[in-house]
Amino acid sequence: MRHVLTISLLGFWASMSTDHEVPVAWLKFEQELPPTFSNHYPVPEDLGLAGALTALKDNETTGKFLGQNWSLGEHTAFLGDDAIEIARAALAAAPFLIVDAPAETVLAIADLPEAADALIFNSGAADIILRGEACRANVLHTLPSLSMRTDALAQMFQKKRWSDLVMIAGGHPQDQAYASAMEASLAKFGLALKARKEWRFDADMRRNAAQEVPLFTQDFGEYDALIIADELHDFGRYVLYNTWEPRPVAGSEGLQAEAWGAVVEQWGAAQLQSRFEEAHTRDMRSADYAAWAALRAIGEAVTRTKAADVPTVRAHLLGDDFELAGFKGRPLTFRTWNGQLRQPIPLMHPRALVANAPLEGFLHQRTELDTLGSDEPETACTAFN
Amino acid sequence: MLRTSLLALTLATAPAYADEIWVSNEKDDTISVIDIETLEVVRTIEVGERPRGITFSKDYSVLYVCASDSDTVQVIDPDTGKILHELPSGEDPEQFVLHPDDRHLYIANEDDAITTVVDTESRTVVAQIDVGIEPEGMAVSPDGKIAITTSETTNMAHWIDTEKQELFANTLVDSRPRHAEFIKDGSELWVSAEIGGTISIFDVATQTERAKIDFEVEGVHPDRVQPVGFEMTAGDTHALVALGPSNHVAVVNAETYEVEDYILVGRRVWHMDFNADRSLAFTTNGVSGDVTVIDVTKREAIKSIKVGRFPWGAAFRPTN
Repeated sequence: MRHVLTISLLGFWASMSTDHEVPVAWLKFEQELPPTFSNHYPVPEDLGLAGALTALKDNETTGKFLGQNWSLGEHTAFLGDDAIEIARAALAAAPFLIVDAPAETVLAIADLPEAADALIFNSGAADIILRGEACRANVLHTLPSLSMRTDALAQMFQKKRWSDLVMIAGGHPQDQAYASAMEASLAKFGLALKARKEWRFDADMRRNAAQEVPLFTQDFGEYDALIIADELHDFGRYVLYNTWEPRPVAGSEGLQAEAWGAVVEQWGAAQLQSRFEEAHTRDMRSADYAAWAALRAIGEAVTRTKAADVPTVRAHLLGDDFELAGFKGRPLTFRTWNGQLRQPIPLMHPRALVANAPLEGFLHQRTELDTLGSDEPETACTAFN
Repeated sequence: MLRTSLLALTLATAPAYADEIWVSNEKDDTISVIDIETLEVVRTIEVGERPRGITFSKDYSVLYVCASDSDTVQVIDPDTGKILHELPSGEDPEQFVLHPDDRHLYIANEDDAITTVVDTESRTVVAQIDVGIEPEGMAVSPDGKIAITTSETTNMAHWIDTEKQELFANTLVDSRPRHAEFIKDGSELWVSAEIGGTISIFDVATQTERAKIDFEVEGVHPDRVQPVGFEMTAGDTHALVALGPSNHVAVVNAETYEVEDYILVGRRVWHMDFNADRSLAFTTNGVSGDVTVIDVTKREAIKSIKVGRFPWGAAFRPTN
């Protein structure tokens, strides 16, 4: 009797499945980061990869009921390695790539002849240009763009009526990019900076922040909130509670708008967080979430289309039937004009979720999610036409 | 002792107790007991951590509670509110269903991708079945032969042969399936999909999809219309469907599968149960921390009852 059942079970699964092999490659390109004042908070070595591994497990569990065989090849380019050679090896092994690399490397990979028939997921570069004039038809973005994050904060400022805004920007290109994105977001939501100062200190802020920051912020005068553009998390953490005026701090420190954070626990997120923490013994971060979302999106497309080829998967991801349950309170979809994953942006402080953008009242004819980031009428991307 | 004599006294003077609705408060570690006559909370019972699924034994002599963060199912004497004992449940039990044999609990272990079958008499685990990621919705067919687990991230209904305690089918549904029910004498299985925004209806004999119900609440973006718990009205003629953050309950005609009405209730409506004749429904509203009482015939909310923080499940208890 038991034998009979087993056979019929196998028969059932066989009828549902066509045994798809789904090879995916994880590509990480090590980046040289300048030193920061505090060396207490190192970037985890498995940042991003840990998210992909969690998604791999999710996909494998689903896949075992559907005859899908998932694999994740890990390719890392260390400083000094030939990144393009490593990308070629990854492309030879898998048609789906999840890439954590600087924008120029993402573009170099996407433009390789070998990548013409591949589908690349950018999980590490927030650059606006990758979703704009430098967009590529074979690159989708699961990490929110800088403008999605700064739009989320601008909505918060508008909602709170914090209209007198000042900013301190660091000198690194990442800080300057964030500051520009923020200024554009403020303009988009009818706000403007009252003053902006560049961070020019090179003394050790851990020791003298209490003396320097009050003076540095004194000539801002009256304002409602202080924005910090410090994407490498160098000086910003020493500004909080040291400002001349007692005002909220937002941006790279204080109230942060990110793809993900350890404090996101609503919408079933606690389950993803606990799965992740159990497997990797640390908190899940934005780059982990973006890599997770990329591999889960592929998983969802393969499951729904019962196919594992790039054209079918890409068409499904950009089509009307795709939706990803991303633990952010509503289904996630891709923007058809630039391949960006639409997603709510949690506004957080280190201990709790404050709000979830898009905030109530910011309306859009298609979906409120499109109040965050580059919208269809203004996009500079033409590769998706 | 005092309580017993008081009870006896009250029994002597008041011939009938009002029936009750028991509500698990996920973030208060309590159960609120609502008197159906007065529509007020008459008792609050302390239970284990993060209580979610709750259900009574067939004779209502004991209450089973999934104490998710205590990793156990608690068995409670509903008269005294005392915890009698705990059942092994596997890790993180979220939701469960009592088999028609009144003896076996089928439990979804949310963090472990497992369905655990527990014998409530011997207090032992009878079987553990591998299912998809984040199992949640649980149902057993009226004849007891099929159990269902829905998995929220795998997006499937897993069909379990309860004799073998093995899977015999896996059917895809839309994103984040939350709740499952057998209706019409077990000929149909309904599965809600929170993020998909649908209810899929399966023909049980063939495990094939027969229909799909969509919801549309005026003034609410489709993304926020998220079907979660649902229950059938008397005679299985209609389903009341909790639509999560849209703060509405849908009334679905179970014959035509058409949505006939939407009723505004509290915030993030989650699960529900009825009174004895199913003329009143009691919905748990997680975010507003209350229970909405719905007049099922008039299809309108008639009262909100404040309960604990994040009410999750509801279970009816007759007292006569």
